[in-house]
Amino acid sequence: MRWKQRGFRVTLPLLAVGAAVLLSGCGVSKQSALAPVGPVARAQLGMFWESLAIMTGIFVIVVAVFLYSLIRFRARKTDTGLPKQVHGNTTLEIAWTIIPIVLLVFLAIPTVHYAYAFGDVPPNAMKVDVVGHQFWWEFDYPGSGVTTANQVHIPVNTKVDFVLTSADVIHSFWVPRLGGKTDLIPGRVNNLWLESNQTGTFYGQCAQLCGAGHAYMKFTVLVQTQAAYDAWLQSMQHPTVSVTTPLEQAGMKLFSQDCATCHTIGGTAFNGKVGPNLTELMQRPTIAAGTLTNTPANLAQWLHNPPAVKPGALMPNLHLSQTQIQSLVAFLETLK
Amino acid sequence: MSTTDAHVVAQQTQPTEIGLPKDNKVLGLWIFLAGESAFFASLIGTYLGLHGATLHGPTAQSIFDLPLTTVATLILLTSSLTVVLGVQAMQRKDVRGMQIWLWVTALLGIFFLEFQGYEFFTFYNKGLTLHSSAFGSAFFTLTGFHGLHVLFGVFWILLLLFQSLKHGINEERTSKVFIASLYWHFVDVVWVVIFTLVYLAGKVG
Amino acid sequence: MAAIPERLAGIHHETRTYTGIWSWLASVDHKKIGIMYIVSALFFMAFGGAEALIVRLQLWQPNNHLVSAETFNQLFTMHGVTMIFLVAMPILIGFINAIVPLQIGARDVAFPRMNALSLWLFVFGGLFLYSSFLFGSMPDAGWFNYVPLSGAHYSPGVGIDFYDIGLQITGIGTLMTAINFLVTILNMRAPGMRLLRMPLFTWSALITMLLILFAFPPITVNLILQMFDRLFGANFFNIAGGGNALLWQNLFWIFGHPEVYIVILPAFGIISEIVPVFAKKVLFGYESMAMALSIIAFLSFMVWTHHMFADGLGPVVNSIFAITSMLIAVPTGIKIFNWLATLWGGRIHFKTAMMYALSFIPLFVIGGVSGVMLAMAPADLQYNDSYFVVAHFHYVLFGGTLMGALAGLYYWFPKIWGRVLNETLGKWNFWLVFIGFNVTFFPMHIVGLEGMPRRIATYSAGYGWTIWNQVSTVGAFILLVGMLILLYNLITTFMRKADAPGDPWDGRALEWATSSPAPEYNFAQTPLVRARDAFWVEKYEGDGTVPAAEPAGPIHMPSPSLAPIGIAFTLVLAGYGAVLHSAVIGGFFLLVTFWQIGRSLVAEDHGYHVTPQIGGGSQ
Repeated sequence: MRWKQRGFRVTLPLLAVGAAVLLSGCGVSKQSALAPVGPVARAQLGMFWESLAIMTGIFVIVVAVFLYSLIRFRARKTDTGLPKQVHGNTTLEIAWTIIPIVLLVFLAIPTVHYAYAFGDVPPNAMKVDVVGHQFWWEFDYPGSGVTTANQVHIPVNTKVDFVLTSADVIHSFWVPRLGGKTDLIPGRVNNLWLESNQTGTFYGQCAQLCGAGHAYMKFTVLVQTQAAYDAWLQSMQHPTVSVTTPLEQAGMKLFSQDCATCHTIGGTAFNGKVGPNLTELMQRPTIAAGTLTNTPANLAQWLHNPPAVKPGALMPNLHLSQTQIQSLVAFLETLK
Repeated sequence: MSTTDAHVVAQQTQPTEIGLPKDNKVLGLWIFLAGESAFFASLIGTYLGLHGATLHGPTAQSIFDLPLTTVATLILLTSSLTVVLGVQAMQRKDVRGMQIWLWVTALLGIFFLEFQGYEFFTFYNKGLTLHSSAFGSAFFTLTGFHGLHVLFGVFWILLLLFQSLKHGINEERTSKVFIASLYWHFVDVVWVVIFTLVYLAGKVG
Repeated sequence: MAAIPERLAGIHHETRTYTGIWSWLASVDHKKIGIMYIVSALFFMAFGGAEALIVRLQLWQPNNHLVSAETFNQLFTMHGVTMIFLVAMPILIGFINAIVPLQIGARDVAFPRMNALSLWLFVFGGLFLYSSFLFGSMPDAGWFNYVPLSGAHYSPGVGIDFYDIGLQITGIGTLMTAINFLVTILNMRAPGMRLLRMPLFTWSALITMLLILFAFPPITVNLILQMFDRLFGANFFNIAGGGNALLWQNLFWIFGHPEVYIVILPAFGIISEIVPVFAKKVLFGYESMAMALSIIAFLSFMVWTHHMFADGLGPVVNSIFAITSMLIAVPTGIKIFNWLATLWGGRIHFKTAMMYALSFIPLFVIGGVSGVMLAMAPADLQYNDSYFVVAHFHYVLFGGTLMGALAGLYYWFPKIWGRVLNETLGKWNFWLVFIGFNVTFFPMHIVGLEGMPRRIATYSAGYGWTIWNQVSTVGAFILLVGMLILLYNLITTFMRKADAPGDPWDGRALEWATSSPAPEYNFAQTPLVRARDAFWVEKYEGDGTVPAAEPAGPIHMPSPSLAPIGIAFTLVLAGYGAVLHSAVIGGFFLLVTFWQIGRSLVAEDHGYHVTPQIGGGSQ
């Protein structure tokens, strides 16, 4: 942390000006690396400001000399003969070789320090398995049997080790406010540990080109108090589905015919593994990997023609009738 | 500027300052071979990265036939010697000798290719193919590309041989034979590396 | 060669002459080949630029549906592939072709026919790549074409096959260019042109060609492996078959990082030519400039995994490659400071060429310093694959390479086309491009830090990204206007009478010692080089003419030939065979190609002789 503090002292004025420029333009920092809520993202932002300060210093010096030269040494009508020809200056040349090396040392030390700090997963970290799919996210909580999709719940102030694998192509797990990204590579297991010091919803999305639906592969991290998190996990482990109205029952029947080969719903016999697990679907703020907010109307739109909502979606258009869609929506609405 | 000055200047011309071949074609071939080295280094690196990925198919240890490959290696190495003899004959202005040695070189190259064809055929029958495993892909691609280089070399040497039979030999053709011989040596050296890293190391495991 | 005196003795050889369009198609003259490279590169730039503009329009507002996500992926893929392989490299290789032989006082390149073959492989390879449009499936897995997305399972269309084979064809041409120019520069320098007297542009060409020589074989292999995977069911990148997804990335970036230096070093060279000329001052720190080029080239092979920091390769790998990447800043900094020191105390003339060259300095510094920030591996996890990276490499590739190339275009246009480009239009062109460029790309730093990933076809409202995307899109259209003015300037200037003097800028290197454009034999008599800045020294310390190193007399020239274009053409037809999975078509045209290559291997070109007119070729 010593590094970060020194960086901050140097950069404080710049930070104020820079932050004002960067953030005031929009006032939004929904998915911004400039608004960290955890130690990893904060350390990364610290490195950003430190390097930006040094680099801005270099830029300002270069441009000052540059502009001064352009004005001071511009050709004039009164010029005669040639200017003094200077072939080189050993002292100067050594100076502008050594000084950058010294500056780089200031950047290299935190680089190596944090490469190891981020690279070594804390031994007591809580594990969440993340599987990337075209084009959605699967989150498994090892040991608990809980599987969810596109919204991952984690407790606040807890180091979480995201164990990253892919079911198909390369994806990249990125929640800028919690920390930088790591790729999910088929045939490999990667680890990324993150921690949030704030409760709330934080936004992430796939950062590696993964096909037509790449832009639509979003997810949210719901950071909860330990108690709320425990309650959620508890409820996910013992989900209950209560289908009452005829419409809901019709929807459930339809689901068993058309949807259950791909989707699992806890508390029912449906256990397909191809698509997202839909247990307690109504707890999620969005559907279709962050493409639409989770409302009955949007669910209906999605069921009507998934690839039209999310390009490249592997869920096909099932050519459902309006009544079928209504009943399915009614059934899905019961998954609380 | 008078011609005498030009003559004086010609003394201090450039290429000697870094001791490179003055013949453009010879230098060009050396540079080409540098690029070829990077090409084979990439293929060999690929092989070394994937040679363990045999899935349920044959492994290097189970499939390589070292005595056979050793014979093929000796044949190819001998062809390096014969091409040298051919170039030496050429430098003695012994066109007949050059032609004979080029013939022998090309024949040895063809023998090597036959060995390789036989090897590929046996491996294929034992279940190792381009798509049986990543090991198979890497093995056939690496040795296959080497084989294509040998094949190209054989054609090249035969082409120059026929040209010399038809039109005799002159300065330009001499330099072409010399270049083809350099290429041939390179192909042999690459084989020695492949023999060591793929076959010997593969057999040891 | 000993055969030459025999030829000079008057033995007459028949040489077929070509006229009209055929004189271009059969040309082996490095100047004509250079022109064709530059014109083709500008042609492809129109495509690459149009793709970029559609991308910018699509990102104008959230949830936009101007183009589909599939089309969007094709657009940015083709934009990247085009700008790197069909614009940046060829335009620089074009300048190298047109200028380097003149700068070293040579009559041509070492292998003129191979040079023509390189050109046609590039042109046909590029057209081949774009013809994928006619087959309904363009490459869409990014210019970096990562597996397994680009594998047969996830990209079953022919688009990726066009990528593999198209780049293979242009790549072979590029490799031949490297061999050709390495031999040319090492072996064909005029008497007295020692290595440490060579102009910096020639130095940059030498180092660039070395980079190509060692960087292109890995991508050649990579493309072969993928072709085998896709066409013959090999398992290099198929995980289920034991393949490895990172193998592609390693081979790609072992090529890919040197590649960015391949397209920036010649731009460095151009800046090092132009700044001294328009500052009327000798280049500061010549030796350290040449040394810096070499060090950059060396380091460029040791930094490739900085493109893979998010791959989870571990702290050891990431730390090592972070440090080697940062080190590149040192030689690059040396170059910047040397240019500043050259300006210092000079007499700066603000011609358009100089304005472009000057703009290179701050723009490249921005791209360079953001590069150092990216090199900090743990911090890069935030920047990687975000718009911050897009901003960074456009500052390097546009602010660096393209600004350098445009500087070169204004500077060498008279030498290549015999006319000086219009300066008033030039200034408009420059300022609109400069402003448009910054308006387009600077906001991308910010939107990247705000979490916008690269290569997304659209985004939602409420992230704070909309305003910056709109600024970028406006900037892109300012850029468009600037480039259209360039086009207008090029066309109107070209239609004027060719009246440029041999030395319009009071130049320093040997290309200015001959007429504009240079005669086909370049110099009536091979020049004698007595110092660095060979022409300048003769003007300011001698009698104004470069002394000759040989007596006047007939000059031996290589014969034009249609063989190169023929080889390139049949190779491309073989490529169609591969794409169409037709062993017959592919095999047949491959055989025809090799038959022609065989003919060239035994062919003996006796060339022909020209007798220069008195006074032609020098002033």
